Amino acid sequence: MSDPAQTAPRPRRSLLQTDAGTRRRNAAERRFRTYGAAAILTAMAALAVLMFTVFRDGASAFVQARATIPVVIAADVVDPQGNRDPAEMAKILTMSYSRLLDQALTREIARSGIQVGGLTQRDITGFLSAQARADLRRAVLADPSLVGQEIEWRMMTSSRVDAMLKGRITREMAARDARTSVAQYDLAMALRDRGVVRAGFNWRFITAPDGSDSRPEAAGLGVAILGSFYMMLIVLVLALPIGVAASIWLEEFAPKNRLTDVIEVNISNLAAVPSIVFGILGLAAFINFVGLPRSAPIVGGLVLTLMTLPTIIISTRAALKAVPPSIRDAALGVGASRMQTVFHHVLPLAMPGVLTGTILGLAQALGETAPLMLIGMVAFVTTYPSAPPQGLFDPASALPVQIYNWTQRADPAFFERASGAIIVLLAFLLAMNLIAIWLRRKFERRW
Amino acid sequence: MNQMTQAERSVQTETRDVKFECRDVQVWYGEKHALKDVGVDILDKTVTAFIGPSGCGKSTFLRCLNRMNDTIAAARVGGQMLLDGEDIYDPRVDPVQLRARVGMVFQKPNPFPKSIYDNVAYGPRIHGLAPTRADLDAVVEKSLRRAALWDDVKDRLGETGTSLSGGQQQRLCIARAIATSPEVLLMDEPCSALDPIATAQIEELIDELRDRYSVVIVTHSMQQAARVSQKTAFFHLGHLVEYASTDDIFTSPKDPRTESYITGRIG
Repeated sequence: MSDPAQTAPRPRRSLLQTDAGTRRRNAAERRFRTYGAAAILTAMAALAVLMFTVFRDGASAFVQARATIPVVIAADVVDPQGNRDPAEMAKILTMSYSRLLDQALTREIARSGIQVGGLTQRDITGFLSAQARADLRRAVLADPSLVGQEIEWRMMTSSRVDAMLKGRITREMAARDARTSVAQYDLAMALRDRGVVRAGFNWRFITAPDGSDSRPEAAGLGVAILGSFYMMLIVLVLALPIGVAASIWLEEFAPKNRLTDVIEVNISNLAAVPSIVFGILGLAAFINFVGLPRSAPIVGGLVLTLMTLPTIIISTRAALKAVPPSIRDAALGVGASRMQTVFHHVLPLAMPGVLTGTILGLAQALGETAPLMLIGMVAFVTTYPSAPPQGLFDPASALPVQIYNWTQRADPAFFERASGAIIVLLAFLLAMNLIAIWLRRKFERRW
Repeated sequence: MNQMTQAERSVQTETRDVKFECRDVQVWYGEKHALKDVGVDILDKTVTAFIGPSGCGKSTFLRCLNRMNDTIAAARVGGQMLLDGEDIYDPRVDPVQLRARVGMVFQKPNPFPKSIYDNVAYGPRIHGLAPTRADLDAVVEKSLRRAALWDDVKDRLGETGTSLSGGQQQRLCIARAIATSPEVLLMDEPCSALDPIATAQIEELIDELRDRYSVVIVTHSMQQAARVSQKTAFFHLGHLVEYASTDDIFTSPKDPRTESYITGRIG
């Protein structure tokens, strides 16, 4: 027993002087703050570089050069029988319409008095998108009264001409490229100067289905966005109730024993399972065993649901745990049953956390690629899935898979599209995060 | 605050009915034997105080009276606790019905983060005690009046309960507890989070509640026990050491442990 009053008096030191120990401690604190700031700056710089390159490469995907020229729908070409019968006219293939467009473009060049040396037929045909003839054919078949008329027709130029206008292909590059020529470049510039070819916002990029390798200008994200939307719908409808119910049971009702311990550990483990494993599971279980169709949003949605469930369960349980026990006591104390306690008091208070977790889980699922590739969503799909519920079984693509798909293709125009698609995906993710923040604010209650 | 003298109050206790009859009550938390052979008769229309040092089992015993210990997985309860002659630990008893008859007020004010009105109306709503809106309004007003809170909040029933001051929140919790018309009101250190003025108001309120309810209060303050209660039980290390009228406990304790506690030598 030592009496504190008996110990030797501490030497009196001035408060105005910091001693060595304090100085060391302050220095350590300053160092630590610097490390933190440096870490944040590194992360911000990486993000800035990423954003810059994506927008530099992808922003131009939202703009497309289009030519507007008068086209004569020659009756002898598109309707040799002369009876305006769509069934008969359907026998005329797109090649014939290509001739119409070539003639129209040649006439337009002559009319505007453009002199380009060395212009070949191939340059003329390659000037317009291969999609343009298909569009024209579709328009004529839909409205046979167009036959024989001259119409102002607005159509996409080919991806190379588009790239010339955007400056991605220069005159020197055109000379070296076997698929284009200096003459085509000069023609593009001349037509642009005369206002025949103009760049405009490319709605088609967002709404159209994927295009083939030879017509990147026609490729769009329509099917991918729909497919991703359907899958998110399935994930939301399945994962939210299942995840919340599982969390409530584990957190509020489950007895604490070996079985629930095993369940808990395995939920944490599931959250760490690589997503491609879920893809293999989906392939084995949903496609091979249950027999659901390949490439269908229903399978993708189920796989992503399995993947998202642990995320939702973990965040929901954290949110439930954060509700003070005094609220449960209060409700039980006035004679609420355990279920009433949970649904009247605990869950509403946990709602911001639940919704934030769910939306972050959805955002993670939206960007998931690997499992979807295993269940066949890499397929080349040019038809839109129909409306749900039938559409859930139709083949579709998904945004991240579409991005991956486009980066695999040879034409540099697809690289531009892939970057553009990343911007679209980021926009969706940003929107979902904003919704999460908004919901959190809206449901937040203080106690 | 309290106009009646100690003597006046103690006289009234003799004629009261027994509300809770407890015999050989045992509580285990896992391996720990937290409460041993407790036998108490809690009287109707009486304030009974449980005193004793921390960890003596007084709160545990209080929480047995409305089976709040059921929520603790490791807790086991033995012995007999009869409310009006019926065993509350009978397997046929639904704790939800029991808690409607035995209300509880907690140490820390814990209003729901809802409106003042909804706080009070919650109990009657879930028990179906007020079939119409007018009935509910009447119950809410009556409960708030009885909890001496009506005049403070009658113009802002829509505001959240958590926006009130600490003392008002605790009175709101009392109003919430009495809204289900319980027969017994359990209070677990209801003033320990409050300032002296709010404490005085709550104590005054407890004295008024005695008209209708059997009130059981756990307190750390012996002065509080002496001020508000007619009967006092002293707990020590899981045993009920002494249970007698408050006057007797504080003036002529029979057990030496009680005497050392009230004179400040243990605890």
